[in-house]
Amino acid sequence: MYTQGLDGKAERGVQSSPGASPRLVSAEDLHFQERIDAEEKIEPRDWMPDGYRRTLVRQISQHAHSEIVGMLPEGNWITRAPSLRRKVALLAKVQDEGGHGLYLYSAAETLGVSRDELVGQLLSGKAKYSSIFNYPTPSWADIGAIGWLVDGAAIMNQVPLCRCSYGPYARAMVRVCREESFHQRQGYELMLALATGTAEQKRMAQAALDRWWWPSLMMFGPSDDQSAHSAQNMAWKIKRFSNDELRQRFVDATVPQAEFLGLTIPDPELRFDDQTGHYAFGAIDWTEFNEILKGNGPCNRERIEARRKAWDDGAWVREAAAAHAAKRSRRALKKAG
Amino acid sequence: MMDPETRQALFGYALRLGDTSLVLGHRLSEWCGHAPELEEDIALTNVALDLVGHARLLLAYAGEVEGEGRDEDRLAYRRDVLDYRNHLLAEQPNRDFGHTIVRQFLHDAWAVELYDRLAGSTDAGLAGIAAKAVKEVRYHVRHSGDWLIRLGDGTDVSHTRMRDALERLWPCTGEMFERDSAEDRLVAAGIAPDPAELRAAWNARVAAVLAEATLERPADGWMQKGGRRGEHSEHLGYLLAEMQFLPRAYPDAVW
Amino acid sequence: MDRKDWPLFEIFIRPKNGLSHKHVGSLHAADARMALDNARDVYTRRGEGVSVWAVPAASIAASDPSDKASLFEPADDKVYRHPTFYDIPPEVKNI
Repeated sequence: MYTQGLDGKAERGVQSSPGASPRLVSAEDLHFQERIDAEEKIEPRDWMPDGYRRTLVRQISQHAHSEIVGMLPEGNWITRAPSLRRKVALLAKVQDEGGHGLYLYSAAETLGVSRDELVGQLLSGKAKYSSIFNYPTPSWADIGAIGWLVDGAAIMNQVPLCRCSYGPYARAMVRVCREESFHQRQGYELMLALATGTAEQKRMAQAALDRWWWPSLMMFGPSDDQSAHSAQNMAWKIKRFSNDELRQRFVDATVPQAEFLGLTIPDPELRFDDQTGHYAFGAIDWTEFNEILKGNGPCNRERIEARRKAWDDGAWVREAAAAHAAKRSRRALKKAG
Repeated sequence: MMDPETRQALFGYALRLGDTSLVLGHRLSEWCGHAPELEEDIALTNVALDLVGHARLLLAYAGEVEGEGRDEDRLAYRRDVLDYRNHLLAEQPNRDFGHTIVRQFLHDAWAVELYDRLAGSTDAGLAGIAAKAVKEVRYHVRHSGDWLIRLGDGTDVSHTRMRDALERLWPCTGEMFERDSAEDRLVAAGIAPDPAELRAAWNARVAAVLAEATLERPADGWMQKGGRRGEHSEHLGYLLAEMQFLPRAYPDAVW
Repeated sequence: MDRKDWPLFEIFIRPKNGLSHKHVGSLHAADARMALDNARDVYTRRGEGVSVWAVPAASIAASDPSDKASLFEPADDKVYRHPTFYDIPPEVKNI
């Protein structure tokens, strides 16, 4: 699962000034941009501008962290899933998120950073991850809402990343997207069972939609006019569509799905615009988005604490496995010598 | 046509296996998102998925044998502690990764011998489930055995932790080889393997892995028993309270 | 806090017999056997393979992309290595 536009530091590989076309700074930059424009993929050992490398490390690692932290809100219900079928589906889904984190850390490592360093940044609170995972999952319906809305939004973001200019990232995303295809269906099916169930279940489902709708729209990041590094990332083909474009696509796809469930989207201004052929929707409260990004969300502290605890509790295990491997190779050498 | 006593014995047998798989799978699933390393998080969840998968097959089969219309979820979610029939070993809490690995290995070493033989059961239902399960359990015992060796042999800290976990969990192993009159009936009919035969194979495997792990086999002292008859530790009640919360709170709902 | 990574392994999987192993990604493991097990758990959860290779990433010798021109482009003009370079009358069969 992923969100766009976590922290907007513009990169300087190509200098841009308002109104002017980007000015290329060196012959290498120029050649690099030509390769990108020709839809050539960039591979790990190829020359690349520092800004491109930094942007990718930041984006891929944030994406990886989001997958790993994203295991927690859903993991919260694994032991309480109400049927064995739901239990294995949820378990497999949360496991997939872990796998996706792993593929993405691997892709980031091809850029010359170690996974350990990246994990360290997450645990120290220095690295960002998708804010959506700082919301709580107090009811079972939240598991449905996450699968349906959060994964739905993530798919909108992730499918274009399969064509990202950086080869290892694009390949990881192909794998991720293929595996995620069941996630959204799992969530929607779960919501459907609730929406067509008892009055209490339906109430649960509506409450979850009420809480997850706006945060899901925020997953696409700030509006295009507020997004500092969009233009450069588009030029580098790290990003293919703008935040607002993808957000609109998500709304258009999701509103009829909510109608089918018989649930109400919590936006009084939502209406279909015959002129544009799209749904028009109300203004997003960016104050909330920014506060959660700053660390003031309902679960920011819990999420990082949980990751730190897992890491610290596992230290003796990682050390012991490394020590055993070292002993084993020493013994093998001795035997050979 | 199976006589009513054998049918009842078969129901109880499938229930014991199903409950043990479910409770152990549930315990492992508690690790998802919290394991010492990402790769191992995924690996433990694979084992959990296998075990819950076995539980589904076994409980569904138990319900079918019983013939009173109870399906896998009815059996999993609507029985309390007194009616659960899992091994005490399975319900022991995760405590730390070391306890989890020791618990898993002691169980896997038993399960691999059991399913291997059960695949040749004269009861086609059990034989089919076991034939599927044994492939997965062979991988489980390799995985937990490898970890037992790594951590037993690794560092002083890990060695001590593993030794403590082994001593703490060992008294829960005796129950796996118990035999009651219902099993006498199943063994005689070629439906279930003889627990005594399992014990010898289990002993051999455990001894080999412990030796490589530089761990001593604890003495067979007083063994904790009762799980198979519904006499459980305090841990199971909490596990079930959590697992069964939704179906209990909303008894009319379908999920 | 322990800050020492387990080594990186590159993972290759044979999707089915008759096909070559193909690079699928990487992972960390303390030893080779763990790398194989982890590869099974991480990269074959949906039946993607029948055989796995785990290669320590540090053991791979790789060509330098800046040598791409001298290493690979000379092959581009060796058209005589390709069957279409040779003109055979259409009435000649099985060649």
